[in-house]
Amino acid sequence: MTTPIVQDRDRARESLRTMWRIRRFEEAVEDLYGRGLMHGTMHLSIGQEAVPTAACQALNRDDYITSTHRGHGHCIAKGADLERMMAELLAKETGYCRGRGGSMHIADTETGNLGANGIVAGGVPIAAGAALSAKLRGTGQVALAFHGDGAMGEGAWHEGVVLAAMWQLPVVFLCENNLYGMSMSSERAFNLPQLSDRAKGYGIPGVTVDGNDLQAVYDVTAEAVERARNGGGPTFIEAKTYRWRGHSKSDKNLYRTREEIDEWRLKDPIVRFELETVEAGTLSEADLEAVRDEVRTELRGAVQRANAAPDARPDDLLASVYAEVGA
Amino acid sequence: MDELVTMTYSEAVREALAIAMERDERVFIMGEDVGTYGGAFGVTGDLIHRLGEDRVRDTTISELGIVGLGVGAAMTGMRPIVEIQFSDFTAQAMDQIANQAAKIHFMLGGAVNVPLVIRAPGGSGTGAAAQHSQSLEAWFAHIPGLKVVMPATADDAKGLLLSAIDDPNPVIVIEHKLLYKTSGEVRPGDTRVPIGVAEVRRTGGDLTIVATGVEVSRSLEAAEILAAEGIEATVVDPRTLKPLDTETIIAEVIKTGRVLLVQEAVKTLGFMSEVAAVLSETEAFVHLRAPIKRLAGLDIPIPYAPQLERAAVPQVDDIVAAARTLVQEW
Ligand SMILES: Cc1ncc(C[n+]2csc(CCOP(=O)(O)OP(=O)(O)O)c2C)c(N)n1
Ligand SMILES: [Mg+2]
Repeated sequence: MTTPIVQDRDRARESLRTMWRIRRFEEAVEDLYGRGLMHGTMHLSIGQEAVPTAACQALNRDDYITSTHRGHGHCIAKGADLERMMAELLAKETGYCRGRGGSMHIADTETGNLGANGIVAGGVPIAAGAALSAKLRGTGQVALAFHGDGAMGEGAWHEGVVLAAMWQLPVVFLCENNLYGMSMSSERAFNLPQLSDRAKGYGIPGVTVDGNDLQAVYDVTAEAVERARNGGGPTFIEAKTYRWRGHSKSDKNLYRTREEIDEWRLKDPIVRFELETVEAGTLSEADLEAVRDEVRTELRGAVQRANAAPDARPDDLLASVYAEVGA
Repeated sequence: MDELVTMTYSEAVREALAIAMERDERVFIMGEDVGTYGGAFGVTGDLIHRLGEDRVRDTTISELGIVGLGVGAAMTGMRPIVEIQFSDFTAQAMDQIANQAAKIHFMLGGAVNVPLVIRAPGGSGTGAAAQHSQSLEAWFAHIPGLKVVMPATADDAKGLLLSAIDDPNPVIVIEHKLLYKTSGEVRPGDTRVPIGVAEVRRTGGDLTIVATGVEVSRSLEAAEILAAEGIEATVVDPRTLKPLDTETIIAEVIKTGRVLLVQEAVKTLGFMSEVAAVLSETEAFVHLRAPIKRLAGLDIPIPYAPQLERAAVPQVDDIVAAARTLVQEW
């Protein structure tokens, strides 16, 4: 048994740093958008930070992830550069997608992130395909598909899981059940006590976990990744969490109560983990403060540099559609 | 030069698949019943015995999943070829084709390529009725990011597929069910037909016929009948719909001043509407001595009864009649 993260100074610090990077990045995005300095749309994952932070720790750098419309957290946890992400959202030439993708399409090949996706469940079969590729190439890589609860109503989810199960592919399907797909509650939608009950029907292991418990998410993901890497095939994980913000910018929260939101704010995964580390005597209040300062400084720099970067240029748009033959 | 080999269109496709898989470890094929069964139209045949079940992969009946796995594998270093049993079932897979495969390279700012080949048999003439007989090439040509080829001969079936497999972009190969059993001369070995280059299949000074897919052989047959009446036709086969070799088409139309556009697909907003538009906004326009004429499938689902099915898409007689009218009236 490895040391719990909460007792491991370096990993505890790193986990906190990642969660704060996600939270502060999204708060900055929200602020820029609110002040009319950022265009487009975005989906914030504030309140859900523990899931990608823990899950990506169970992956190697060259393992693959596919992400979703609510993908900033996945991207950051897998190791992306905040400045290039911010530049993308600010429609800059230096952004991850050179301003062609925006929030819903950031990918980072260097960290194995095959991309966020504007299509609900779009990444599920793609992750299975990356796992098939890893298996055929014999590289030992694993793929993990982040997806929402709403994605489990899509045919793409079903077909991706069916093929992955048939071929016992090295892939993990990680559902961030934040209790809603836009306004549709997952409880109402799926008629299941827990979404992991569905795994049995596909002939793969399934487990439900408290998504705001960093250690618990890490443990189940690490087990699933190990199973995948050792030829044991796919696993389905349901991590229960909550999005504090609206679905996107236009949400009036008519489908949920203020009380429910407040209740979940008390279950803040970052505060929870900070308390745990202090109680365990792993980090001091001063350590926590240092992590927060470090992230604040990093983010300020990222926003400033991204802002100063050149705007995305339209001159080679037509030449960007196809990859060059023979290149 | 090596001697040409006579083989069927489907044998030519199979030969291309075998050559590509033997040459490149990254190439594999997956689809419904492509393994032991040998493919719904027998195209993959014995490949599973030659290359093994890792490389010739039977899938569940999951078109969206099959293409999706193809996209993921293509993004991560493989060269997947997926077979969609009937091109009609690309409707099931359309999200992964149109929203994922086609857009990933662009959307991600060029960071990733999707070298995926989708083979799909299209066309009518088998009595399989409305859900198994469509010609959907315009759907794909309408999506930036996809390349679309429509081989009309055995040599093109082989050569265009080999080029498609090597292409760093998603390529839709629309094969034609009626052509699978037709034979043609094929160049041996790893011979390519470049994507984006049209072929002039016959030359004649009275009119230019531009035709795709199964209408290419029908147009050539019509041209022989017309020749006996003293009307000489040029027949151009674009072969690739996207990117389109407009240069060849424009040049061949300028030479005769009359153009007949023939497609099996329904007329409204079909591929030939695009060709007509290209001709009318380029220098070809001022060389035309007759209005551009389109001959296309009726705007109906493909019916079952053989006489109705034949009536739904251009046949040799229809091409002869349209060409004759065009030449005689103008
Ligand atoms: C195929 C498809 N249908 C609908 C939408 C619109 N849409 C975007 S996100 C979303 C809700 C998704 O819910 P879930 O999968 O639970 O993810 P969450 O937003 O909760 O993170 C909807 C309906 C879409 N983008 N794609
Ligand atoms: Mg949700």
